[in-house]
Amino acid sequence: MEKVVDIKRVTKKFGDFKALDEVDFSVRKGEVFGFIGPNGAGKSTTIRILLGILKATEGQATIFGKDVWNDSMEIHRQIAYVPGDVNLWPNLTGGEVIDLFAKLRGGRQTKRREELLERYKLDPTKKCRTYSKGNRQKVALVSALLSEADLYIFDEPTSGLDPLMEQTFQEDVRNLRQEGKSVLLSSHILSEVEKLCDRVGIIRDGTIIEQGSLEELRHLTRHHVLLETTSSLDGLRDVEGVHDVNQDGNTYRFQVNAEQMDQVIKFASQYPIQKFESAPPTLEDLFMRHYEGTDEVVE
Amino acid sequence: MSELFKRSFQLFKLTIRRDRIRASIWIFALAFFTLIIPGSFQNLYPDQQDRDAMAVTMENPAMVAMVGEGDLDNYTIGAMSAHQMVLITAVFVGIMSILLFVRHTRTDEEEGRVELIRALPVGRLATLHATTMYVVFVNVVLAVLVAIGLMVQPIESLGIEGALLYGATLGGTGICFTAVTALFTQLSDSSRGATGWSIGLLLFFYVLRAIGDIGSEALSLFSPLGWTTKTMIFTENHWWPIFLMLAFSFVVLLLAYRLNAKRDLEAGLFPSKPGKARASNNLLSPFGLAFRLQRTAFISWAVGMLLLGISYGSVLGDLDSFFQGNEMVEKILVQEEGYSIAEQFISIIMTVMGMIATIPALISMNKLYGEEKKSRLELLYAKPVSRKTMMGSYLLVAVINAFVSVILAGIGLWAAGSTVMDDPVSFGTMIGASLAYIPAMFVMIGLSALLIGLKPNVVSLTWVYLVYSFIIVYMGNLFQLDEWFSNVTPFGHVSQLPVDEFEVVPFFGLIGVAIVLVVAGLTFYSKRDIQG
Repeated sequence: MEKVVDIKRVTKKFGDFKALDEVDFSVRKGEVFGFIGPNGAGKSTTIRILLGILKATEGQATIFGKDVWNDSMEIHRQIAYVPGDVNLWPNLTGGEVIDLFAKLRGGRQTKRREELLERYKLDPTKKCRTYSKGNRQKVALVSALLSEADLYIFDEPTSGLDPLMEQTFQEDVRNLRQEGKSVLLSSHILSEVEKLCDRVGIIRDGTIIEQGSLEELRHLTRHHVLLETTSSLDGLRDVEGVHDVNQDGNTYRFQVNAEQMDQVIKFASQYPIQKFESAPPTLEDLFMRHYEGTDEVVE
Repeated sequence: MSELFKRSFQLFKLTIRRDRIRASIWIFALAFFTLIIPGSFQNLYPDQQDRDAMAVTMENPAMVAMVGEGDLDNYTIGAMSAHQMVLITAVFVGIMSILLFVRHTRTDEEEGRVELIRALPVGRLATLHATTMYVVFVNVVLAVLVAIGLMVQPIESLGIEGALLYGATLGGTGICFTAVTALFTQLSDSSRGATGWSIGLLLFFYVLRAIGDIGSEALSLFSPLGWTTKTMIFTENHWWPIFLMLAFSFVVLLLAYRLNAKRDLEAGLFPSKPGKARASNNLLSPFGLAFRLQRTAFISWAVGMLLLGISYGSVLGDLDSFFQGNEMVEKILVQEEGYSIAEQFISIIMTVMGMIATIPALISMNKLYGEEKKSRLELLYAKPVSRKTMMGSYLLVAVINAFVSVILAGIGLWAAGSTVMDDPVSFGTMIGASLAYIPAMFVMIGLSALLIGLKPNVVSLTWVYLVYSFIIVYMGNLFQLDEWFSNVTPFGHVSQLPVDEFEVVPFFGLIGVAIVLVVAGLTFYSKRDIQG
């Protein structure tokens, strides 16, 4: 698979503070890559290095095979970026900003402009001073979606949008993927990443601690299981791979390591089961597993 | 009725608490500025003869337009201080009142703070009322300080009644503009709009009074700033303008309160017109953007520099009678054989205007870092826009600003000067004298570019350097300083035309230094991290 974004052992220091420590990941052509991590973990710093706004202290980062610092002009012709905190000029209107960005990127697209303004319900005649955070974000989103870029970088793009707009945005990201575009989506909203992303990278304290497809990552963590029987399940707690058993009458809720699901089913089949439900771990589970200490990490 | 004002006093206390430093600085600065004047006039014009000579100068219509009418037949230190200072100080008191008022009304409303307050059991008019009380309070404190400060000075012509009237005039003018602002904060739906309208009206009142004072007397009576000059402080001591001010303020405030009680939160009575849906082609480049963001400031500075030139130019005719035998002036103007006092004065004035014209140029350049601090560059740098293009655009705006400012100042000086001088200086000479400052201004811009590239957080040092240059070059002769002090500022190397000979080497030397600074600035800027 062709790598659109390739970051190799990138370290960024601000004075003595190490914001990124050998960050290493890649975004493949045509995929939506989710970049998750809490505030201050290094998401925005990584993105700013990719944009050539910050210079990596060590390591190498490329987009379309070109160096992000030295060849930034060429790269920027083919990317679109939406920051998490959109700061615009208070005395320009949204429409003016959209035109300015289009022109700076090269060309002044008008074809989809009205359609996108309508779609995101944005009034282009208002001065940016009067826009709320969500509306400023829409200005940047409309501008990004107007561009015919090959790579879209979104840094928490929906943090100011209402749920309806969030859905509109998610649809647009799916459309981009169908058109074969690549997307780097940094987000706090794990359900959004889960819905949209093919692969995920989790960053903590400036280091990528997990990276892969959701399937692969799920394999590393526990499923939620609910069992209802007519008799009590003695010995369930002793089955290998079973954790956090919660008993309510004859209803059992517990978690099972993905690899040991087989043993649980074999054990349960000895009993008269009325109900068996198994849910894969959510991204939130994956995420929390990395952030709630490491004492229970599954082998 | 009293429900509407509920808890105004608590809000008043909160407002004072929030602004205790800001308001103190305003009061202190304005009072200080007023109180040092009589003493320094005492030193400058110790004899009645000197003051009468000054009075003759002040008969000039241009001076009347600027400072208003005064009792020129009875030109004591007190009369002179009041005549020359009270109007300009009152204008600043007006601006202070406008800024403080908008800050606590429309700005708070825009930021959503008023909404928070209004959700509490607080009267609908409480915010407006508390702010009115606060700004009136600030004006009263200023008035009292000025009155006391003038009374205690050991200068005979500063009588007690005049001192009280001086304070009351400043405070009264401030209260007038408090009321005007209270009205505009109801009419306009943004803090910018309210400030703009209020300051616009203040300027209108100033011009109305100027026209009235030099021609049709009646017009001045329709301007609160006309009332300011009609008090004739320290001579006839008229109190009626003060009562007129208070009556005017009361009526305007009443109207503002009525409107405030009726209108919705965050609404205004002026319709807010929609902006442009599409950008004009002029905006669509880094330079276009840089220029557009500074357009209003650019135009204001251009007009300001022209007016500055005109006002200096208008006194060129009376200089000989005015400066003869004034020790202080003789120290600044080192007599040069073969040049008239007017020509020497032009050299000095060009120095002052050259440095003032550097201010808009530096503001333009420093704005590049201001934009970065506000995280507005990140989105631009995500496009194929290079650092050099961006810095180059701001450099270009700064250079244009430098040219326009200094040339307009020169043109103003020439235009006004040639109408009042018996033997006017030629246009070419005056423009030449202005352009001589361009290289030094380029060095200042270059320095700013270098700092933005190398260490942007200390870019405000350019201002310290400009102030240093001003003190050294302007006052250098007065302090008898070593040449070393003026050699380290670019302005120390400018040929002060028309008195100095034009020297080629420093002219191009400064341009060379500026180019080196700019190239270094561009290089460093392209290499460093951008904060946002």
